[in-house]
Amino acid sequence: MMEYQNIFTTVQVSAPDYAGVPVENTHDDRSGILTHSYLMGKLGDAQIGPIYLGPLGVAALFTGTIAFLIIGLNMFASVNWDVIEFVRQLFWLALEPPGPQYGLSFPPLNDGGWWLIAGAFLTLSIMLWWWRTFALAKNYGMGNHLAWAFAAAIWLYLVLGFIRPVLMGSWSEAVPFGIFPHLDWTAAFSLRYGNLFYNPFHMWSIFFLYGSAVLFAMHGATILATSRYGADREIDQITDRGTAAERGALFWRWTMGFNASMESIHKWAWWFGVLTCVTGGIGILLTGTVVENWYLWGMKHGLVPTYPMIGEAVVDPLLTEGAQ
Amino acid sequence: MKTLTTKLFATVGLGTVLLLGGCEMPPPESTQWGYRGTGMEGLYNPDTLNELDANNIVPEALPAVPAVGPKSKDVYQNVQVLGDLSVGEFTRLMAAITEWVSPEEGCNYCHVAGEGFAADTLYTKKVARVMIQMTQNANENWSQHVGGAGVTCYTCHRGKNVPEYVWNINPGHTVAGGMKNQMQNVSSVAAGLSSLPVDPFTPYLLDARNGRHAGTTALRDEGGVSLKESEWGYSLMMHFSSALGVNCTYCHNSRAFSRWEESSPQRATAWHGIRMVREMNNDYVDPTTDWLPPHRLGKLGDAQKVNCETCHQGAYKPLLGANMIKDYPNLARLARPEPEAPADEAAEMPEASDMADMATGGDQ
Repeated sequence: MMEYQNIFTTVQVSAPDYAGVPVENTHDDRSGILTHSYLMGKLGDAQIGPIYLGPLGVAALFTGTIAFLIIGLNMFASVNWDVIEFVRQLFWLALEPPGPQYGLSFPPLNDGGWWLIAGAFLTLSIMLWWWRTFALAKNYGMGNHLAWAFAAAIWLYLVLGFIRPVLMGSWSEAVPFGIFPHLDWTAAFSLRYGNLFYNPFHMWSIFFLYGSAVLFAMHGATILATSRYGADREIDQITDRGTAAERGALFWRWTMGFNASMESIHKWAWWFGVLTCVTGGIGILLTGTVVENWYLWGMKHGLVPTYPMIGEAVVDPLLTEGAQ
Repeated sequence: MKTLTTKLFATVGLGTVLLLGGCEMPPPESTQWGYRGTGMEGLYNPDTLNELDANNIVPEALPAVPAVGPKSKDVYQNVQVLGDLSVGEFTRLMAAITEWVSPEEGCNYCHVAGEGFAADTLYTKKVARVMIQMTQNANENWSQHVGGAGVTCYTCHRGKNVPEYVWNINPGHTVAGGMKNQMQNVSSVAAGLSSLPVDPFTPYLLDARNGRHAGTTALRDEGGVSLKESEWGYSLMMHFSSALGVNCTYCHNSRAFSRWEESSPQRATAWHGIRMVREMNNDYVDPTTDWLPPHRLGKLGDAQKVNCETCHQGAYKPLLGANMIKDYPNLARLARPEPEAPADEAAEMPEASDMADMATGGDQ
């Protein structure tokens, strides 16, 4: 009964220690612990480790740690090195980008300079990690799908923190590093630039984001539901379509008239994930640089529905009564 | 399997309790004030509403007295702002103010016993005089904000010497040496415990910083306001919301916050309120700073100032819109400058016994 309602695996994927196939062009000194965990086996493969970091991984972790420390120490200093306040207010604390008065210049360290340095190290770290993703896939003879999908996320990150601020001519347009502060920034961004919901690229991004969630659930459900007929051997079923693939296909074709194939569903998933970030990045990039107020832009282009107003019409007091 | 199921349900149950522990019990009460589908509505917790009713009980008005009779300025000395009141009205108002502001200390909160009522010895008396003017000015000149109900001392004081909700210029929390205080990114009491700026009052309710930050054109406007400005205005709006116990849609259509055409009339009322409070803080509160004792001053030596919560105290209208000014019309307008006294008015002196009656009536 508890088979499908349960997130835990029914089969423990557990085998003797296995460090993986030897691969050319890598230092095959995969290192660190190699152990097995029953609990992890409930979620995935029971084997943990070994890992391979390599020079790129080490460099990425090193620069990432520097960024993490700069952000953390700035937050710590912002509560006067008070440990209790640091813990209590951790979600509120931030490393804030420079004010608008500095434009794109390098501001004093305590007024946005550290933000620039932290951002530079974080970007370097992410880039190195991306390179590592690319290089590892190449070495293992894999396609570069993971690297390009990661690049889509990096595109959105760069638009928010670098490309758009540069185009706007001010670092102050960028996102602060902090849990609640970056959320408040997001809300303020939409208030300042007239409601992102009227930004068509924001719409696309939401479409792909929600679509990703729906596709993920549909695909997982279809495979689980037909795995008793061998659907978990998805790759086999791409070229040698068996009863599992047939049943899943029939179900969806009868439900919505069209169905993915065992191959295409993975392409859909990849593109939905990638396009979430690509379209979102375009939407952010256009905000402020091209479009000042998305709501007004939407009115101009017939995007905004009109509703009857209730009660008296409200007029801007500044226009009727003059500045006070 | 059964044990596993039990454990699973227990875990899920505990998790639900933890996650929803801070939530209010449904159902909320809702009020619609815009076209259907636009989300222009207010949601209220019935418990909060009951609390609000209990916190906003208006004290019974003192029995009215006739406005005839000798003027207080002709009978008492040093009556600067209420001199045109009849002695009866004057005494009644003094009694009311005592009840509103210093019910425990009585007259001696402002007047030194045995010294006579005329002396300006205590700072409290001088402040009271300014506050009476402030109240009269609000009622006379800011009807677009306080119209209909008006304000009295009780609107803010509620039986306390100093209104419960006042503010001082916030010097910001302590940061490490060499750090610059960003005045945000700590839990902001003023902004509903968000990480928004901690002191939205100084720029908007003392200084006249422009609070309009949303873009006014469809396409790029070179002169647009910095994104960081939005966080300050946003912070002030969070204060509005918590001070009035309302959500954003009380004033705004959330699809276009900046558009007046789609806002509710309350937004215009609030617009006048900002300017009224700014005037109160600059023209009435700030000038008292010199007389105030240190314990009435903020960390930066400034007087305790007014914001929305000072009067509203969690209600969409102070005292839920009760009209107190009708019972105290003397607070409804500022004293007029000395008129050219017609000769016959000076002759209208009532009998001393009438005066005593009026004074007694006022004391009840």
